[in-house]
Amino acid sequence: MLSFIIYKAIVCVCVFGLSLGVAAYSTWWERKFASFLQDRVGPDRAGPFGLLQPLADGGKMFFKEEIIPNVSNKFLFILGPSLFMITALMTGAVIPWAKDIVIDGKAYSWQITDINIGVLYLLGVASIGVYGIMIGGWASNNKFALLGAIRASSQMISYEIAMGIAIIALIITAGGTLSLREILAQQDAGVCNFVYQPLGFLIFFICALAETNRAPFDLPECESELVGGYHTEYSSMKLGLYLFAEYINMFVSSAIMAGFYFGGYNFPFAHELYNALGLQEGSIWISLIGFGAYFTKTCIFISVFMWVRWTLPRFRYDQLMNLGWRILLPLSLLNLAITVAVEYFFRGTIHF
Amino acid sequence: MQLTNRSKVVSNKEQSFMESLYLPAIAKGMLITFSHLFKKTPTVKYPEQTRPRAAVYRGQHVLKRDENGAERCTSCGLCAVSCPAEAITMESAERKKGEENLYREEKYAKTYEINMLRCIFCGLCEEACPKEAIFLTDRIVDTEFEREDFIYGKDKLVETVTERIDVSKRQTLEVAEFKKIPGLKHNNVFEGKNLNKGKK
Repeated sequence: MLSFIIYKAIVCVCVFGLSLGVAAYSTWWERKFASFLQDRVGPDRAGPFGLLQPLADGGKMFFKEEIIPNVSNKFLFILGPSLFMITALMTGAVIPWAKDIVIDGKAYSWQITDINIGVLYLLGVASIGVYGIMIGGWASNNKFALLGAIRASSQMISYEIAMGIAIIALIITAGGTLSLREILAQQDAGVCNFVYQPLGFLIFFICALAETNRAPFDLPECESELVGGYHTEYSSMKLGLYLFAEYINMFVSSAIMAGFYFGGYNFPFAHELYNALGLQEGSIWISLIGFGAYFTKTCIFISVFMWVRWTLPRFRYDQLMNLGWRILLPLSLLNLAITVAVEYFFRGTIHF
Repeated sequence: MQLTNRSKVVSNKEQSFMESLYLPAIAKGMLITFSHLFKKTPTVKYPEQTRPRAAVYRGQHVLKRDENGAERCTSCGLCAVSCPAEAITMESAERKKGEENLYREEKYAKTYEINMLRCIFCGLCEEACPKEAIFLTDRIVDTEFEREDFIYGKDKLVETVTERIDVSKRQTLEVAEFKKIPGLKHNNVFEGKNLNKGKK
């Protein structure tokens, strides 16, 4: 029992560290990538290639003056960013990062917990995340912050529906399981889910952009209209938590996309490679290679998020709502109908 | 009037179906930004790299010494008079016995200050100087944190005896010849001729 707790604690710390580390270096990569797209050099003063920039930014955030507006609700004002950060970190708990390692007949998984409703857990925690923005924006007692918060919550509600339906279609192709571990494991055999669900992936990707408040859907923090949006009144590390949590959200949703649609730790000719290297099932090397593949895919998706951000202009609010309700929702329903029909006619049963 | 051939006539025509999908346009845009990944950056990382400057670049001034190491400046004030930005001030002093190796002529500048924030680097001081004492060089004035630090005194302006600043590019023969034209006022002063001669 004790060894189990120690092992889980180690996994927790690793996932926690990974989320924070990736989020920190996403800020660096975001600036670097933007500079490449704009023919600039980007941060290059702090350390080689500017690699110490996240530390400098973090240090700056800590030393800035902490301002809590007099008119704000102090408790909720502090609760907002904390909640946003906590939920962002919580979502990483159900992601299986690699295949199990077997030592002395005991399997050690690369996942904090494998709950059988993992997908539901993800959606649930992600929708709690918007409370962080909502509470923070409302507690600021500032009209810009409030508008940003309202935008964030209505945007989240609108896009969650299409996202949920896209996921239902995915689950039907994945054989009716809600456990992330099984969704990833069933792609081990050969083809990744993207082949079955290209439209579903597109819908999921657009919704993921909207859910993480990334451009072109970053209306909650739209600088040109709302000063800073929901974090107008925030300063110092509380602002840092908001910005940081956004990157963690981005990391987790990239990981989910890579896992759901692109096989996660599986990659083409994986078994041939393992056989060629003479690796037994459950070996630590298989896990490490799998983790490397999953992590690479995740990083590519993070880069795509940034690529989209530095290419597309921001949507207008009515365009955003139009896209969410009148295009993505019918499209995801169509996708679901086609999936169900194909499953029924070709396999005879619908796993759900 | 049409200035370029890149202008386009705005039309209010309805979007076609392909246009209303947005995705082809988005893909096109993404490809354009992606192609910039492989382009060279024009950035010059300044303190480490510098852009090439012309040999006659007008940068930080230098007060020259003559071949014996004596200061050429006689504190005549022509540079200060000619300066359109009024950046130059100086105080004169008389040379004492035994200072002949320090100052070329009987009068010299006790202090000589150029405010580098006022200076517009036009080079008129250099043109006005009858003694070939002040020159602009291709050095760039350093950044400072305080305004006072931009007022350069003799400590920063006068070249050292051992490390001479090369001004041969700006001290062209043409300029040197031009300054010898007898009708110019400062030549008359230099040669000790009648000051009022030119006014008649």
